[in-house]
Amino acid sequence: MAVFILRRLVSAILVMFSISILVFLIFFATPGVDPAARIAGRSATPQVLAQVKHEFGLDRPLPIRYGLMMDHLFIKQDLASYVNVGDKVIPQIEAAAPVTLSLVLGAAVIWLVVGVAGGVIAAANRGKFIDPLIMFLGIAAISVPAYWLGQVVNLITQSKLHSSIFSWVPPSGYVALSSNPGEWALHLLFPWLTLAALYAGIYARVLRAELVNALNEDYVRTARAKGLSERRILLRHALRCSLISIVSLFGLDFGSLIGGAALLTEVVFGLPGVGQLTYTALQNLDLPVIMGTVMYGAFFVVLANAVVDVAYGFLDPRVRLA
Amino acid sequence: MAGLVVLMFVVAICLLAPVYAHSVAHVNPFSSNLQGTTMINGKRVQVLQSNTQGLGFGVTPIGPTWNLQHYFLGADNQGRDVFARLLYGGRNSLLIGSASALLCCLVAAILGIAAGYFGGPIDWVLSRIFDIVWAFPIYLLAISLSVVLLTTGLNVGPLHVGPGSLLLPIFIIAAVFVPYVARPLRGIVLSLRQREFIQAAVGSGASDLRILWKEILPNVAPSIIVFFPLMVAFDMLTESALSFLSIGVQPPAASWGTIINDGLGLLYTRPWVALAPGIMIVITAVSLNILGDGARDAFDPKAKLRGSI
Amino acid sequence: MHAVDGLSLSVGRKEVVGIVGESGSGKSVSMYSMLGLLREPNVSVTGSVRFEGREILGLADREMRVLRGRDIGMIFQDPMTALTPVYKVGWQIAEQIRAHQDVTKAQARQRAVELLGEVGIPEPHRRVDQFPHEFSGGMRQRVVIAMALSCNPKLLIADEPTTALDVTTQAQILELMGKLQDAYDSSIVLITHDMGVISEMADRVVVMYAGRPAEIGDRRAVIRTPQHPYTWGLLGAVPRVETKRSRLATIPGTPVSPLNVPTGCAFAPRCVHRFEKCDERPVLRGDGHLDACWLSSEQKVHLRAGTLEIGEGA
Repeated sequence: MAVFILRRLVSAILVMFSISILVFLIFFATPGVDPAARIAGRSATPQVLAQVKHEFGLDRPLPIRYGLMMDHLFIKQDLASYVNVGDKVIPQIEAAAPVTLSLVLGAAVIWLVVGVAGGVIAAANRGKFIDPLIMFLGIAAISVPAYWLGQVVNLITQSKLHSSIFSWVPPSGYVALSSNPGEWALHLLFPWLTLAALYAGIYARVLRAELVNALNEDYVRTARAKGLSERRILLRHALRCSLISIVSLFGLDFGSLIGGAALLTEVVFGLPGVGQLTYTALQNLDLPVIMGTVMYGAFFVVLANAVVDVAYGFLDPRVRLA
Repeated sequence: MAGLVVLMFVVAICLLAPVYAHSVAHVNPFSSNLQGTTMINGKRVQVLQSNTQGLGFGVTPIGPTWNLQHYFLGADNQGRDVFARLLYGGRNSLLIGSASALLCCLVAAILGIAAGYFGGPIDWVLSRIFDIVWAFPIYLLAISLSVVLLTTGLNVGPLHVGPGSLLLPIFIIAAVFVPYVARPLRGIVLSLRQREFIQAAVGSGASDLRILWKEILPNVAPSIIVFFPLMVAFDMLTESALSFLSIGVQPPAASWGTIINDGLGLLYTRPWVALAPGIMIVITAVSLNILGDGARDAFDPKAKLRGSI
Repeated sequence: MHAVDGLSLSVGRKEVVGIVGESGSGKSVSMYSMLGLLREPNVSVTGSVRFEGREILGLADREMRVLRGRDIGMIFQDPMTALTPVYKVGWQIAEQIRAHQDVTKAQARQRAVELLGEVGIPEPHRRVDQFPHEFSGGMRQRVVIAMALSCNPKLLIADEPTTALDVTTQAQILELMGKLQDAYDSSIVLITHDMGVISEMADRVVVMYAGRPAEIGDRRAVIRTPQHPYTWGLLGAVPRVETKRSRLATIPGTPVSPLNVPTGCAFAPRCVHRFEKCDERPVLRGDGHLDACWLSSEQKVHLRAGTLEIGEGA
């Protein structure tokens, strides 16, 4: 097991390295694009341009430029915005991260519970009306853009029905968990539900397909021959084996949400997370900020994947030895 | 089947956008119309009305008239007809969705089949690239590419794509989804490679090209057919998200995503500006997903895109 | 379609009944549906199934479950896929014990260790905590057998228990089953396509063709004086050490599809001895040793001598 974890971490570091090169190439080596002008922002003076050129070594060879970028990002951590002059990027990300983490963690709990329950109920009721119903709800959830769903939710809870059913819904925004846990949950409730809807749909559909496959496996026949109840067969045998693929999917999704894929939900609900930071930077074409959030986001994804793979090793005994 | 009918209907009305704009509503949905007026119940009213309530700042566009002849869904805050823009925007959303899905499936098929069939160093290099892009959140990748290419466009050798061109989002969205399709295809080809009929073809001295064309492609095609409608849905949703972030389709052109973005500021006063394009996206995506499910049942029940959706 | 048609079968206490027939004749499917193992909406079993005098066909799943695993144990063809891959084998055996008996976890586990020892798995204390993928095919089949025996079942149904194993392992597993049958006093229904397995294990034999019984009788009778030309063919396909035949006999043609069984004798299209009468469906006849063939007893003796050299092995 220790060897397995070690190997997984080494490969995670390799992937992080590759991703940093990919990000670097996109921002600094895209043909026909002048990175200095891009980084300095729309109305940069020649002095600022020269400063950018020096700071990122744009007149020096690619490997040195790469080194400088990593230096600014991770070692000196002094990457600064040229749009809002002097704003350091890394502290902003650090301040925003708890918001994103709160949003994604809560949503993940909801979508895992709803998605797994939906998948199990659908698989257990194959051939009855509830199975296609759940599957259709799943398709609908997959087909709704989260940022639009968020607006509809806002429209209903903040405007149309705010004076009646939803008078308890606080205005958009974020309250830190440490300052008031109740308000924290209340402010995040609808963002959680909105973000969770898409993934609950995906997970219910994936899990149902996996369960239906598993229920045709020989080991399920053996379990029946043992005289176990259908409920136990479904939950302890079929579901337990199907969860393996759910977990690996969860690693990708959770990582990419932490890494920035939740930005649309953050924008719509006015949550000052990493995604919001990226969004504001996009509006101003504030490249250093975007570079910082993308790089940190990508690293979170890789890290989350590595952690999930280790969990995977605990779930599936076959992986540990392979 | 129902999916196909609904999809055809959506495509048809979007294709008719110019007809509607010129012959029915008589509007130009791409130029602002700040001083325009229109007739409601025989009375001439301003398209952009001054706020009389509250602090009285700014203007509010007129709301839906529910009359197809003028401002069916009201106007946006530049006085443009939302319904006409909805149809034009639909053309762009559908075009970008299907074109990028086509491009993505084509590139993914070539790369996935090459990796699975030739193996060795080709497979190693391609698989590593897929892994890296796969580990990269698609939105972040698409955002990075869009941001870099947004103002100058793409200039590679003889290829010049202007910054406002629809080709830009098509290329970007196609590129970020390639591993989603290529990885499962590679897996399919890898297992085909072990099968007797391929071994027999190799043994009988058939050329690689012939085996790829005659044996591999027909066996991979069903999966691609299953993936395609699902990818169109994915790509359309991604396009709308990018456009919503104002790094997709660039003004004055419209897509469903840009209209939702226009509607963000009008959400509490004129909700239909944001509601209508969202509903169109949902309808289209649902019918594409149902179509994909149907194709899966018909052609290849085992076809799995990332996480079998 | 009728996968199995007109099969009547009784199994006495401690008896081993072998059901033999070519693969794909629906033997397993009907057996599984009878016991409620398959949830195939399109398979139905009609007739009567009695266990210790009690009608069990159409029993509610809840009551059937008590029989399965406790009174009726099952052994399957492919040990590689028969165990749930994510649980330790000891856990899986204990799970069955705890489903039927009121014992503690520790007791169930202790019993699992004993069982693994009984089925000949070395170091059962250590291996009880290993996962199925850490066992070889033969060892996994021993685990499956241990599981089937865990509640001292009165009846053991073994569906091609040795088919997926290599030859040496086959012999070991058969020996083990014979030994355990003595120890546990279980009756066994043994489904196989291998006459060799039958001749080693069975007390009574049912030869099936196209889902119909072709011949039923004691092992000695069926093997020494087979009455049905199909049985002759099956016996001819068993390699024998003591005779000098250099080639194995095969039965010409392929098994009929259960979708279009001939109206007369199902075996007639492949039978070299067929005559006009064979257009009519034969009934099982005989005294103790039954067969469904229109040939007269004298003809059978005569033709058999020409077809088979019967060894003394049986």
